[in-house]
Amino acid sequence: MSTLLTNVCKQYDQGKTVLKNVTAEIETGEFFVIVGPSGCGKSTLLRMIAGLTQISDGEISIDGQVVNNLPPKDRNLTMVFQSYALFPFLSVWDNVAFGLKARKHDQSEVEERVNNALKMVNLEDLKDRKPRELSGGQRQRVALARAVASDAKICLMDEPSSNLDAQLRIKMRQEIYALQRKLGITLIYVTHDQVEAMTMADHIMVLHDSKVQQIGTPAEIYKTPANEFVAGFFGVPPINILYATKISDKAIRVNNDFQVDLDQTVTEKELKVGIRPNELVVEKADELSANATVQNVEFLGDEKIVYATFSNGNEVSAIVPSDAHFDMFENIKISSTNNVLLFNQDGINVTANREDLINA
Amino acid sequence: MANIDERNVLKNIFNYFLLILLAVVILVPFFIGIWTSFLPTADILKGNYFSTNISLTNYIDAFTNTPILRYLGNTIVVATITMFAHLLFCSMSAYAFVFLDFKYKKFFFALFMITMMLPSEAAIIPNFQTVKALGLLDHYSAMIVPSLTSAFGTFMLRQSFMQTPKELKEAADIEGLNHFQIFWKVVLPYNRISLITLGAYSFLGAWNSYLWPILVTFSNNSRVIQNGLKQLQSEETFNNWGMIQASAAIIVIPTILVLFIGQHYFKSGLNEGAVK
Repeated sequence: MSTLLTNVCKQYDQGKTVLKNVTAEIETGEFFVIVGPSGCGKSTLLRMIAGLTQISDGEISIDGQVVNNLPPKDRNLTMVFQSYALFPFLSVWDNVAFGLKARKHDQSEVEERVNNALKMVNLEDLKDRKPRELSGGQRQRVALARAVASDAKICLMDEPSSNLDAQLRIKMRQEIYALQRKLGITLIYVTHDQVEAMTMADHIMVLHDSKVQQIGTPAEIYKTPANEFVAGFFGVPPINILYATKISDKAIRVNNDFQVDLDQTVTEKELKVGIRPNELVVEKADELSANATVQNVEFLGDEKIVYATFSNGNEVSAIVPSDAHFDMFENIKISSTNNVLLFNQDGINVTANREDLINA
Repeated sequence: MANIDERNVLKNIFNYFLLILLAVVILVPFFIGIWTSFLPTADILKGNYFSTNISLTNYIDAFTNTPILRYLGNTIVVATITMFAHLLFCSMSAYAFVFLDFKYKKFFFALFMITMMLPSEAAIIPNFQTVKALGLLDHYSAMIVPSLTSAFGTFMLRQSFMQTPKELKEAADIEGLNHFQIFWKVVLPYNRISLITLGAYSFLGAWNSYLWPILVTFSNNSRVIQNGLKQLQSEETFNNWGMIQASAAIIVIPTILVLFIGQHYFKSGLNEGAVK
């Protein structure tokens, strides 16, 4: 009883491939986030699950039934659009009741469901208003209420919070998460925001370049990214990717500069190393022992981000305690702990604890 | 700074001067018409436009001595039916052109547009023959049937329907609405301003039509108001200009009413809050 995607492909007539061989299993009742940069095909994938876009190849099945050719209404799902898609000529109440009425539920049931849904999103007082009389956050709540009121077991959301300001977004994030848990529905959520993906998801699918890069829990994705792209996509500031050369079985030289001793043996002579900003060690240094120059320092309250350039021009960012003091253009010496990720030349993760990794 | 202000003031003065001038040019004949409709014919003929003998006599004469009420009734029936027919058929064809996929869609739409290039006068003789063959002469349907639909209306509503956010249709698709329900519950309400505009346009078009009705009607049973006005002038041996002017004023009233009612709906922002 889950949603299964098997080798789903999408090609447009002009021959442009949007999605290639997407395979995934979305379990019933889980919060599944599809994340990726703009244009990676994540919305297309969602629309294909909804049935709004035809799939070119592969198979989508919901609860054991192949739905490839089923119209959207027979797939028993609801969708919250990025733009909310509210009917401007209907009141909030009628907007929420719209689908239920169309599906010919009886009057008393419609009323009960709509009122409950409005209560759940705290919109009871505004039920007679028109969408134009609502703020952005309230409009989004109406769109949510519409999904809540429906008896569909799968809810699809296409970047529902992208039109909200930062603070409201965090609030809606929590509300959506709480609603999903309360209702026990399967939620498939599309976003380009890695923070949203990390904070809400049970499982994350990372899409890039029309392909699934990795599917896993937020912790798996962060700790054992399948490749360089996934590593770079999660984490703020992003992971530093630097070139490294093998100097012995268990040691590498990073950026032709500092040495990192590893717990594992390395086979490749040339590789890339991914170092999270908080794994970099930054020290003040005199001109002779320094290997980098501070370019900018951002104060975040409990920590500082130091942006620096190595002598060979490569840029890095490092997180330092907020009481550490660095000036712009100051000479520093950067080194790293051995908690790093190793990638081969093709960007594939070759770090030792790879057996934990759940790959697509 | 003062210089810029001065220039702005001068610009404003010039703009308002131009607007007032245009308003005078457009409105003065209209007011002269309304004014003379209250004057006795004798004064009008003498050119005594500033006479103080104003009364409603002309209006009473128009209603009691001429079949103007019958003309008005005929016109209201014809114009109303034409309006609703336009709204129904144009919106249905526009929906098809926007939301349905069928073969040769572009070709058929081009065909629609081509009929707009043809002046209606060019089709008068064949239309007349058709109407005559159908035995519809001197009957309401002679005026209604040939104008049940309009290419312009389809074109206008198509442009408007294309602006309907596609998410609204998709949301309706997911809820399982069929095409007719989407048409009725989503597309029509969303585009109500365009529908009102087209309705007003069609009603006034039918109300003001002159050439076609004068060809196909020859009795008071079906004669419409514009032809009736012409009839008033030639039926009498002595032209009662005051009364004719009063009739003309009566004819204009619906036009003004439609505009005033319409104005209320032409406020922008009715569709705000649908998307984003």
